[in-house]
Amino acid sequence: MLPAERVQKATGLRLFWYTIWARAYPRIIGSTREKSWLFFETVLPLMGTASYVFVYRAIGAPEAYTGFVVLGGAMTAFWLNVLWAMASQLYWDKDGGNLELYVVSPGPLMAILLGMAVGGILMTATRAVIILGVCSFLFNVSYQIASLPLLVLIFVVTMAALYGMGMMFASIFLAAGREAWHISNLLQEPIYLASGFYFPVKAMGFWIATFASVIPLTLGLDAMRQLIFAGDPTLGFLSVEVELIILLVLSVVFIYGAIKMLAKLEEIGRREGRLIERRR
Amino acid sequence: MDTNLAIETNDLGRVYRLRGPKRKGDAKQLVALDGVNLEIRRGELFGLLGPNGAGKTTVIKILATLLLPSSGVGRVEGLDVTRDVQEIRRRISMVSGGETSGYGLLTVEENLWMFARFYGLDNVTARKRIDALLEVVGIADRKRTKISDLSTGLRQKMNFVRGFISDPNVVFLDEPTLGLDVTAARDVRGFVKQWMHDHPDRTVLLTTHYMAEADELCDRLAIIDRGKLLACDTPENLKHRLQREAIFNLKVGPLGPKPSRDAMIEAVPGVRQATIVEQNGHTELNLILAQEDVLSNVLAHLTRRGSSLISLEKREPTLEDVFVDLVGRRLDVDTSHHAEGEHAAG
Repeated sequence: MLPAERVQKATGLRLFWYTIWARAYPRIIGSTREKSWLFFETVLPLMGTASYVFVYRAIGAPEAYTGFVVLGGAMTAFWLNVLWAMASQLYWDKDGGNLELYVVSPGPLMAILLGMAVGGILMTATRAVIILGVCSFLFNVSYQIASLPLLVLIFVVTMAALYGMGMMFASIFLAAGREAWHISNLLQEPIYLASGFYFPVKAMGFWIATFASVIPLTLGLDAMRQLIFAGDPTLGFLSVEVELIILLVLSVVFIYGAIKMLAKLEEIGRREGRLIERRR
Repeated sequence: MDTNLAIETNDLGRVYRLRGPKRKGDAKQLVALDGVNLEIRRGELFGLLGPNGAGKTTVIKILATLLLPSSGVGRVEGLDVTRDVQEIRRRISMVSGGETSGYGLLTVEENLWMFARFYGLDNVTARKRIDALLEVVGIADRKRTKISDLSTGLRQKMNFVRGFISDPNVVFLDEPTLGLDVTAARDVRGFVKQWMHDHPDRTVLLTTHYMAEADELCDRLAIIDRGKLLACDTPENLKHRLQREAIFNLKVGPLGPKPSRDAMIEAVPGVRQATIVEQNGHTELNLILAQEDVLSNVLAHLTRRGSSLISLEKREPTLEDVFVDLVGRRLDVDTSHHAEGEHAAG
């Protein structure tokens, strides 16, 4: 029998907090339940990363490039996570029947997206660390870190900007149908190239590197490389300080944009009936 | 504004713009709701009865703040569904039949905990209510089962627990027994009745196309078809409307090819409604007659068409008869192509 007295329910910031962790939970716990992901999410990207290392070694590129590739390979995990487990997630949730329940609940959608991000970062960081560790061991990468606090700051700001962008994409995909899947596909590989995942983005030339800087990983990766491989700072696109400022701006823009777009697209979704349709 | 009303709609309308091939002048619209007026009192278990595509789900989606009305006003506990969205969401919950929500990798308990937290329940309260509700619906032993391993019936029971875990003031149940076997459907109905009994100040709006379910559960119900409300009353009063008519079920020999309009059974004077179902080797007729003595004319008509009477039963009116009387066809005729097109709402 249920207790007769009314249930006290949190509101405001407390509800926001509850919602973040509730939505992060399936991601965190899910990764411990289906262990096959460890193989697919680490061994396969390791192979891709290794192939670039061997190419650089075959052409006699500077040894720093091995470290560049390893770091880029580790960071691909975050890009894939943003595309497939963040941006298009609301589309999958719509298809699975969860989105309606998210929307109907008083838990803010923004908190649900943040929960996805938090869960995603924790899981993806594991993958990134494994790639980084194994590759560093296999290819004998040596690191010469200029400033650990600055490196951590750059990483945190890059993640904030990147997942802010993911949340903005997610709000767009809230209204999208199956197109969401195609957009994610379309964005995946070109960004590997434009953002310089496997080479210094400076090599793409100023204008392409500038355009690619809209993707936070471009500057984040570039700054981290400059800080981690301090022995060869000439390969950086902009100075670390400038890149940090741009990343901070991108974080604010993307997170603010996500909040605004989420509200707008929820309203459009309600008006056009897109929150309730399912097309299999 | 009547504070005793849990739900109120005034001229509620909803038009869907259909997306199809993008050619000029090709934009099609479907009227899912057309001027629906409802008043549901606090503490009522109110049913919306209608065939697929009648607009039942659209009403629920609007009241649950998932869909904006195209016209008119909808209120839940006096709050406007267009403006007071967050406040309404704090007070309601929704359970739909055939729901596949949740995450398969999580256990029943974990899924319920997640949703409880979305409603602002603290950890201790959430776990206490999960245990209590799982006990009530009889799946406490499945607490640690992954939901991907649950049968349809067990999953729907879990969905019910999700719907009631947040202690809502108003619950929307959209075809809650859809696809369930007899036992599971009975358990679900039992749970709803018990919950209403234990919480007399709460309100349930139930949509169904199962007549018996509506009859068994609802204090009052409205019959809706093609977006319009056709009648609204208690099940007893609705059936009472047909008390003066005579209702017969006839089993007769095969009727043969469909005759011209004039020669159809509906053309016999005094026949108010007739539904005809061809079975293996015989035909079942469900007739609503203005008076009992019209039956002799019907039997003469059947004889002229070369059919013979196998059995005859006079019975009390059911909600199905009320529906047929109001709409002119049986409830199981799907009109979703008319009303709501590609939308999942029904």
